[in-house]
Amino acid sequence: MADKPQGCARVTGAVLGDPSPEEPVAKTNDETVKEETMTARVGQKAPDFNAPAYYKGSFTNVQLSDHFGKWLLLCFYPGDFTFV
Amino acid sequence: MSAVADKYSELQDLGVEVFSVSVDSHFVHKMWNDHELVKMVDGGIPFHMLSDQAGNIGRAYGVYDEEQGIELRGRFIIDPDGVVQAMEVLTPPVGRRIAESIRQVQAYQVVRASGGAEATPAGWMPGDPVLKPGPDLVGNVWKEWKPNE
Repeated sequence: MADKPQGCARVTGAVLGDPSPEEPVAKTNDETVKEETMTARVGQKAPDFNAPAYYKGSFTNVQLSDHFGKWLLLCFYPGDFTFV
Repeated sequence: MSAVADKYSELQDLGVEVFSVSVDSHFVHKMWNDHELVKMVDGGIPFHMLSDQAGNIGRAYGVYDEEQGIELRGRFIIDPDGVVQAMEVLTPPVGRRIAESIRQVQAYQVVRASGGAEATPAGWMPGDPVLKPGPDLVGNVWKEWKPNE
């Protein structure tokens, strides 16, 4: 959580856990094997992730599972400086 | 997000931690907070504003719009076990009603405190009677609860 040098790399959120399922089994024909992704569903464990964040004047990193044990409200929105 | 920030102390009183997520960088979050949101909410945004520039988190939650490269207005209530209990997803032009999220958290907290023995009927508000599902309630909900009361 300590301040880390920010650098110029384009950092982004990353989903954690249950990672890359086994290498896709031999693709048949030219059908693309769809990559298995975690999708949030009610009644199921929330997909864990790690993301850079701005918090009260500082830059920090948030891992969702670090906050399990509390009730969490996760709110996505289209973008900063939008109107609604 | 200022609407959520405005209700933050109420959410904290309920033991709820808030995280906002968009595809903007955390640097832009800082500029938005410092230059606009601080004028709407005293002290600025009191919770973590997460950056998901590649849309990875949004995809995992089913709210990333690949065509527009943005995240839809998805709202998820996660219980202390890390289980998603409720979700709501709106397209961009309509904003959320935070009071409804708070009501849902309160309802889930009542259910959890009862160990699952209680359920909250439609329109339940804190203080309203709850239902105790079981053999005696089958066919008798009408004695306990009416939709117009």
